[in-house]
Formats: sequence, C-alpha cells, structure tokens
Amino acid sequence: MSVLIYLIPIALFLGGLGLLAFLWALKSGQFEDPDGAAARILLDDDLEEDDDNQRPRMSR
Amino acid sequence: MSASSASVACPSGLEPAAAPDIGRVDAAPFVRRRNGIAELDLAIFGAKCAGCIARIEKGMMALDGMERARLNLSTGRLSLAWKDGAVTAADVTGVIEALGYRAAPFDQQLVESDHDREGRGLLRALGVAGFATANVMLLSVSVWAGGADMGKATVSLMHWASAVIAVPAALYAGQPFFRSALAALKHGRANMDVPISLAVILALALSIHEFLAGELHTYFDAAVMLLFFLLIGRYLDHRLRWRARAAARDVLALQAATARRIRQDGGIESVPARDIRAGDRLILAPGDRVPVDGVVAEGASHADLALVTGESAPVKRQKGDALNAGVVNLSDRLIMTATGTLETSLLADLARLMEASEQTRGRYRRLADRAAALYVPVVHSLAIATFAGWLQLTDAGLRVAALNAIAVLIITCPCALGLAAPAVQIVAAGRLFKRGVLVKSGDALERLADARTIIFDKTGTLTFGRPALVNRDELPPGALAAAAAVARISRHPLSRAVVEAAGPGPAADDAHEFPGLGVEGTWQGAHVRFGAADWTGARQESKAARMASWLKVGDAAPVQFVFEDSPRADAAAVIRALKSKGLEPELLSGDVSPAAAALASAVGIDRWRAGVGPKEKASRLAELVAAGARPAMVGDGLNDAPSLMAAHVSLAPGTAASASQSAADFVYLGERLDGIVEAVDVARQARSRMIENFWFAALYNFVAIPIAVFGLVTPLIAAAAMSGSSVVVILNALRLAGKGSTAR
Repeated sequence: MSVLIYLIPIALFLGGLGLLAFLWALKSGQFEDPDGAAARILLDDDLEEDDDNQRPRMSR
Repeated sequence: MSASSASVACPSGLEPAAAPDIGRVDAAPFVRRRNGIAELDLAIFGAKCAGCIARIEKGMMALDGMERARLNLSTGRLSLAWKDGAVTAADVTGVIEALGYRAAPFDQQLVESDHDREGRGLLRALGVAGFATANVMLLSVSVWAGGADMGKATVSLMHWASAVIAVPAALYAGQPFFRSALAALKHGRANMDVPISLAVILALALSIHEFLAGELHTYFDAAVMLLFFLLIGRYLDHRLRWRARAAARDVLALQAATARRIRQDGGIESVPARDIRAGDRLILAPGDRVPVDGVVAEGASHADLALVTGESAPVKRQKGDALNAGVVNLSDRLIMTATGTLETSLLADLARLMEASEQTRGRYRRLADRAAALYVPVVHSLAIATFAGWLQLTDAGLRVAALNAIAVLIITCPCALGLAAPAVQIVAAGRLFKRGVLVKSGDALERLADARTIIFDKTGTLTFGRPALVNRDELPPGALAAAAAVARISRHPLSRAVVEAAGPGPAADDAHEFPGLGVEGTWQGAHVRFGAADWTGARQESKAARMASWLKVGDAAPVQFVFEDSPRADAAAVIRALKSKGLEPELLSGDVSPAAAALASAVGIDRWRAGVGPKEKASRLAELVAAGARPAMVGDGLNDAPSLMAAHVSLAPGTAASASQSAADFVYLGERLDGIVEAVDVARQARSRMIENFWFAALYNFVAIPIAVFGLVTPLIAAAAMSGSSVVVILNALRLAGKGSTAR
C-alpha cells in the first residue's frame, strides 16, 4: 500500500493540471462568448482565397 | 417595417429584425483615445450567425488603420481599435449600416459594467468545487469500499489527503452561499442559503473531528459535492439574469444618443445627450430623436409622438411648442432649446409611478422562497429533536447525538431544492429565446404562469403603430407609383406607408418636401403633388377621424389615399388562443373611443376603455392587482411604462420604447404577437415542472430524514442520495426542452 504515497500526489497533480487549464481558459476570456466560439469554427477565413467566386482550395 | 429597415436582418434568417428605429446616432463622442489608438465599443443588432461575424469583422478590418475588430456573438458587442485619425467613427458605423446591421455606441460606463465579474467568480468556484469533488470522491470511494480491510495508517492518509483538498476548496467555493446566508441572517430572515451554509460548515467540522479521533467515516466528500451541485444551480440562475441585463444595457446604448449643439460662437458640435444642459440650443434634422425635454425655438415640422402619447398620427410642432424626449422629428429641420437634462427628461410623474410600482413588484415571493420558508424551520427543528432525542432516550452519548443531528442537516440540505427552480427556468428561457422571446428573470415565468387577465395597449401593440394604405384597390392605375416616387424622399409616416405599399423603385429626381404640406416632384413628365387636401386642391369632405392624403398628377382631379393603423395579422388569433387558456383580455387605449371600439371588436376583445392616460392605466392595473385578477400587461409606449411596472407580469414588443422594454418582464421580437401565447404555454409548463421538482425533493426528504434521524446514514448513503436527487431534478427540467423544440 505504500505506493499510495506516490499515487495520490500524482493523481492530485494531474487533477490540478485540469483545474489550472480551466482557470486559465476562464481568465483568457474563452467563456465570454460561447455562441461566437460555436460559430467561428465554421469560418474559413484562415484558408487562402484565390478569388471571390472560387471556393478556397483545400489541401488534402 | 419601412423599406429601409427591412434589410436589417441576419442573412441566416435566425433573427428577426428587432432593433427599434433609432435614427442616426453619432458615435464620435464615445470613442476612447489612448496612446494614438482609438477604441470604440458598439452594440450590434441583427447579428446571429457565423456569416455575420465574418461579414462584420472583414468589413471592419478592410478599413484603413483598423487594428482590432472582434464581435462577441453572445452579447452582440463589437469591440474596435484603430490608429487614431485613420478612420472616423462615422466611417465605422457607415460600413456596418451598409452591411445591413444597426449599431449603437456604448459609453465608457456601460463597457465597464459589461464585464461579468460575478459570473466568472461563480465559474471559478464551480471549477474548484468540481476538482475537489472528483478527487475527494476518489479517496472516499476507496475508504467505503475497503476501509475495514485497510491499515489504520492508510485510512489516515486518505483522510489527510481529503481534508487538505476539501477544507480550502469548500471554504473558497462556499463563499457565495456564506455571504448570502449572513446577509439574510442580519436582516432576521432565513433563506435557502442558511441550511446550505450550516450543512457545509458542520460537515467539515464534524469530519475534522472524526478523523482526528481516528474514526472511519468522514463527510468531506458530501461537503464539496453539495457545493458543486448547488453552484451549478446558482450559475444557471446567474446566466439567465445576466442575459436579461445585457439586453437592458442594449436599451441603454440606444439611449446613448448624441445631439448637435449650437455653440456660443455659432459653430456646431456633437455632444453626448447626457452633457446637454438646460438652455442649450440643439439642431434636430428630420429623423432625429429629441434627446431631452425642450421647446421648439425655430422652424416648424411634423413630429411622431407615438412613444410618448401612443398616438399614431403625426402632430405639427412649431415655435413655442413643447417637445418631450423620445419624440421623433419627421419632416423638417428644427432648432430646439433644451429645458431639462437627460436625468430630468423622462417625465417626473412617470418615474415616480414606476418607483411606486416597483415596490409592489418586490413583494412577490418566488416559489423557491416559499418552499424555503416552509423547509428551513422544519429541518432545523428536526435536527434539534434528533439531538435531544438521542441524548435523552438512548445512552449513546453526546458524540453520537451530535453526529446524527448533523447527519440530518447534511442529508436534508436542499441540493435538489436549490436546483429545482433554476434548472427549469434556464431551460424554459432558452426555449423562449429561440422563439424570439426574451425572459428578464426567473420569477417572471412564475408570475406569467399564474396570470388570470391580460391587458393590451392598442397602438403599436395590437396594431402596427404606424399607418398602412387601406384603399389600394380603389386607386386608379399608376397613382400608387406616382405617389411613391415623390414620397421616397420623405420620412413622414404617410409617405413611408405609400412607399411600403408600392415596393422598391426610383425616386422622382427633383422631389422635395414642403413641411406641413406634402411632397412635390416630376414623375414621367408630369408635375406630381402628394400631401394635404388644400395644398393639392382637393375639397376636404369632412373632418373624419381617418388619416388621408391626396395625390395630384398634372391637372387631373386629386385622388384620395386612405390610411389606417391596422391590427397585427395574428392579433385576433392570439386573443382567441389566450381566451381558450383562461386569460381574460382587456383593451386600455389612450386613443379616441371609435378607434378603440373598432379594434376591440375586430380582434374579439369584449372589455375595453378608451382615452385612458398613463396614470389611469396604472391605477386600473393596480385595481386589478388588488382584486386578485393577477393582470399581465402588454404595452409598448413610454406611456405604458408605469402600468407595465404596476402589473403582476408584463410583456413588451422589441419595438417598444426603451423605458417600457426595461420595465417589462418579457420582450418579444418580430412583427407577430404569437410570442405571447408561446410565453404563456412555456411559463405554465415550467411551473408544473418546478412543482414536480419540489414534490420530488419533498419525497426524497420524506425517505431520507427517518434514515438520518435513526442514525443509519453513512457518508456513502449521503453521497448517493444527494447526487441521485440532483440528477433526477435536472432530467425533469430537461423534459421541457424536448417538448415542441422541433416546432420552429
């Protein structure tokens, strides 16, 4: 059972990482605009557009 | 909607055009400058989809010197930063309008109040409580499963780790409850947070005591899990109120009007409305809204008083006439002298009436509060009885008696009760939001559910609030097109009605407007006049109550155009539906008797009163409230604001005056009234779900309390019972979302 001495801190450390990630996300404003976040994934303005009429070419 | 505002819509079609006609607002005074960077925050109306984000942000970034453009879709805020001097605020709002959206500037105070600190705090507490719950549970489950077989040192290690996590986490995450409980106790009341705080603190204290005494069972997990579930409820409740408050701030942004003031030296400057002092001389172009109370100093024009008096026909205003804030100047340039400031401008009467009514509103007790009032004394006396009973009737001793009394408090802690109302309300509000009905607060749903009468205002509520052409079929061919061609240059309501009836088309080239008379121009080679009877050479038949305008083309005889403020398309159907739901409709109109009577019979309302002013309206509402008729008020004018406050529950259309929108509990968008029926339906369903939830919570306690009183509760039972009851309550709330959500 003495292995618990290591395991419990490891478990808490991993859980703590998750908590820190959540607090960081909260602090950096990622919960400010849930609707926008859902919609922005649909925007493809990060792809190069050759021409207004042509759909952007997707690299495969 | 007029032709110009019909284009204001999200291309996705998700959002009906809801922004009231705000006229042009100069955003320049709201730009903040810092280190050569100009910043501006705008409320954007009509944006609801990914396409809107792309169009607006791309349009902004295409402007020279624009450095940041970010649209928050949840709140409808566009935050901009550009190199100072590269573009002007007018360029920015011009581009947004060209894209088909409306924008209103946010001033510094509103931007500050827009940060949701409380919501973030709750989320942070929720995160901490969630982390603690998961990890303490990990340790507790192993003790429950194999505690008897573990060595003393191992159990002690588990408890140490639990305590180290749970105690700071609970003290941090419990703060919202502790603070609220303290505040309530200071006022000599007990709310739901009192037993919650007591249970959490006692559970922690008991657990520390037990674990120091080397006992097996601790309640660390129960304390943090309780907080985790309750924080979910608290956060949901907060989200609902926050969304409503954001909507209220949009209304404030619309009020952040600017005015053009004539300086001492004769120059003209643009100032925010709140900087206007009595005695200032202001220029009002056609289409401008009067920012503060004042009198006309120069010029004559027609004005739209609809928001102030509820009257739909335009009224002439000339030198010496009073202009109230909220009046829209229609036809010609005016110069006015301010007599009040922004603070004093909403009629003092109106403000006082609203304050008085707010106090009656504050007396409403929510279902959850009523449940708590029953619940708190019962649970606390049960805990005391348990303690006394074990001490007196058994020889178990002080420790066991205290243990069992605390177990009663922990297991009856209103976990499900705390979630019962907010979970249902957030689901109901979400469903109504999709249908274009905004709910301002959770208890508004409860109040709407038990409304028994429904009072309607006439102009702008049951009717469109603007004239529409009614004799189109009697007009000779070509007359409508000719009238529309000259009318396109005018903002007069009758001109707009003609343009709307005719549809899009070109304006006559040399058309111009004669204030108070009409419009004139050349159309297809003929001289065209459209306006007042004597100006067009027509004989005014009688001083009929109906609105009319005359068209004269060349030398032909004048043609009469007749207008009426017509009822909304679904008004009669909505009244019928409300009657079938047991709501007694009544019409209270500020308009003249014949108009009110005609409308009442057209839509099927039996009880109506005409010619009632704001004060009489509010006192009629107060009368109904006192008689126990629980009236729901639907109104849109500034004159309705006091009665909206006086009512048991109130609804306002999205086109209503800003004061009315902030006074109302529900705001429904779009041209139709059926949002009211939907709101009543959802409110009633929500009430049944809530009552079911309370019954479930009561049943749960009925089973749990005897187990606790007789000392049979273990931490395992407490954890299972609490999480089980919370999940059942949430699932029951979600049933509301499933029903009818396919009917878009």
